[in-house]
Amino acid sequence: MDIKDIIKPENKVYAKTPVLTDNILHYCPGCTHGTVHKIIAEVIEEMGIQDKTIGISPVGCSVFAYNYIDIDWEQAAHGRAPALATATKRLNPSKYVFTYQGDGDLASIGTAEVMHACNRGENIVIIFINNAIYGMTGGQMAPTTLLGQVTATTPYGRDAKLNGFPMKITELLAQLEGTCYVTRQSAQNPAAVRKTKKAIRKAFENSMMGKGTSFVEVVGTCNSGWKLSPVKANKWMEENMFPFYPLGDMKDR
Amino acid sequence: MAEKILMKGNEAIAYGAIRCGADGYFGYPITPQSEVMETLMEEKPWETTGMVVLQAESETSSINMVYGGACTGKKVMTSSSSLGISLMAEGLSYLAGAELPCVIVNVMRGGPGLGTIQPSQADYFQAVKGGGHGDYKMIVLAPASAQDMYDFVGLGFDLAFKYRTPAMILSDGVIGQMMEKVELGEQKPRRTDAEIAEQCPWAVVGKPADRKRNVITSLALESPVQEAHNIKLQAKYKEIEEKEVLYSTYRTEDAEHLFVAYGSIARICETAVDIARENGYKVGLLRPITLYPYPTKQIQELLPQLKSVMAVEMSAGQMVEDVRLAVEGKVPVNFHGRMGGMIPSPDEIYEAFVKSINK
Amino acid sequence: MKEELIIAGFGGQGVLSMGKILAYSGIMQGQEVTWMPSYGPEMRGGTANVTVILSDNKISSPILSKYDTAIILNQQSMDKFENLVKPGGLLIYDPNGITRHPERKDINICSIEAAEESARMGNLKAFNMIVLGAFLQKKPVVSMESVVKGLKKSLPERHHHLIPMNEEAIKVGMDKLVDINVL
Repeated sequence: MDIKDIIKPENKVYAKTPVLTDNILHYCPGCTHGTVHKIIAEVIEEMGIQDKTIGISPVGCSVFAYNYIDIDWEQAAHGRAPALATATKRLNPSKYVFTYQGDGDLASIGTAEVMHACNRGENIVIIFINNAIYGMTGGQMAPTTLLGQVTATTPYGRDAKLNGFPMKITELLAQLEGTCYVTRQSAQNPAAVRKTKKAIRKAFENSMMGKGTSFVEVVGTCNSGWKLSPVKANKWMEENMFPFYPLGDMKDR
Repeated sequence: MAEKILMKGNEAIAYGAIRCGADGYFGYPITPQSEVMETLMEEKPWETTGMVVLQAESETSSINMVYGGACTGKKVMTSSSSLGISLMAEGLSYLAGAELPCVIVNVMRGGPGLGTIQPSQADYFQAVKGGGHGDYKMIVLAPASAQDMYDFVGLGFDLAFKYRTPAMILSDGVIGQMMEKVELGEQKPRRTDAEIAEQCPWAVVGKPADRKRNVITSLALESPVQEAHNIKLQAKYKEIEEKEVLYSTYRTEDAEHLFVAYGSIARICETAVDIARENGYKVGLLRPITLYPYPTKQIQELLPQLKSVMAVEMSAGQMVEDVRLAVEGKVPVNFHGRMGGMIPSPDEIYEAFVKSINK
Repeated sequence: MKEELIIAGFGGQGVLSMGKILAYSGIMQGQEVTWMPSYGPEMRGGTANVTVILSDNKISSPILSKYDTAIILNQQSMDKFENLVKPGGLLIYDPNGITRHPERKDINICSIEAAEESARMGNLKAFNMIVLGAFLQKKPVVSMESVVKGLKKSLPERHHHLIPMNEEAIKVGMDKLVDINVL
């Protein structure tokens, strides 16, 4: 059997979703963003909602999410995506509206916007990528940076006295009456990807049921910022991030 | 006959928004403009026209809600006062950069800082020269009555959508808090989703299979692309300057001296013109209605008959700079201003005028 | 006709609403009107004042430095506004709580015991309408018919049953006015 026999439509077991564009990802090899982009695109394809979905991209590495997922997009100022999403959804209730935000955008400069959007119970999806570092600006401390973690602005490791504590914003948001579904997932292996996809699909479905805000945190890696190879970064995440940011559903109603 | 109602300028903004078919208002309370949102909440337009009204958690959030709503081609607006507008400055720059139409109302109060809640016009530079970063302009309308407040919401949206650019209504505490007779127009319907899709092909409404995705962004990291975008914006501003100047004049036909004033101060100057005329001085008034674009040409056309010009503002002297640019040193340009919430009276302006021409 | 007046007193005396009813009455008979309040924290218990202009012609400045009429309802306002009445103009005041009575000889001065009369009527809220009656007795710039129409417009419907009481209060004010200085 030569290669021509193998490449036949009937043997096809996988195809890239058409909701992902053919643009070359600008993310570093090993970055979690690309995986989560694909999960979202697949969910949109499977739900058949490409023409009804509006994405809101943040400031940070994933500012260019609009180059990769083939839907209509709004690009927000730093931290403000939940405010954009609030108005977008209220003015267009028949649309699926989601924000895609990193830890600096969502848990630092945009804390007020995410808190209040969740507290109002906006019928939107918030996807939060937590890699415990500022990627785009060159590896500075994020609100979710772990104690002792070395970054460009914590060169001797994060010190609680100097920098405060890593913020468990997802736990905070789970306390708010407005959220209906709050979960923390990851995407470092196929099993984790499947779980995250299920969570994101549920979040999208919730947004049409008038139940409130669905919030999906994905703990991810930033191997450039962490200065680790992709494999080592995944290991570091499992050993250091997961104990502090435990995976699983915090709220589902 | 249309209904005539006694109302505050701030209330007129709310009625103007509902009646012109606005889709959404997002705001945060601040004196002296809180009646805008209070009136909207009282009127509950979501039950009649379907207009969305939401109290945001901050001015920062309000302007970003406006940005989100404007991305979808909806007629959305906010209102605030001075320091709230400072908080919105980032959003204003984004709106202009992303070429989004919307209406922002600033009912100015005295500053700097927390300042005072009394009327002021000290945000002229912020509104006209760009309060946020980057080379951008907003269309700026200056109402001088409660009726203007009502009318300018619809006018602001028309201009904003015509040019895909934010429009600001630059008002002050006098116009916001004063009650006057307002004639309400007919209720215009909100645009349907089909109309928006047709009139705003750029809008983010969900990507159908037969078109490319719409992306609203102000980001272009490649400098040649960003410069080209800036050149496009500047061309648009030039067109606005050529086509959209609005102004009015009062007793300028034979005037030898000209007052230039906008908003509430233009009203006060009209009376000062009358006082000056009674005392034998041939004075007239030019009131810019659009502060951007500025009626530069219209001031220049009056110059041959003029011996002096006096700008009057509730500021340390901001608009007077644009008067000087228009006059180009051909006649003396004088200035009278009050600050910190103080409002000049007609007599005070007349006395300042007499002093200015006899110095 | 053009009447430029200031109504000044304490917040809570109904100063602003009296001005509003007067302005609405003007609209009812086709006049141009402006109503410009002092606003802000001073409204909450401190002094409150409102400038009302009624005119047959378009009104330019809503801000005045001199007034045809000053209606003065506390001492602070007396100190501030007595001197701002145009020569030949009118000052109406309620002597209740006034420690320094107006002294000018070049203006008409009247007093109205509105606080006392409203207590006598058993309705302290009638206070501002009694004052309005006193003003209209001296300067009938709007008709009683317009005032009733103005009341209807400016009061929420649930308060319309109070209109006859307000009319009565206006009449009390018209009757109980006392001339202090007549030019």
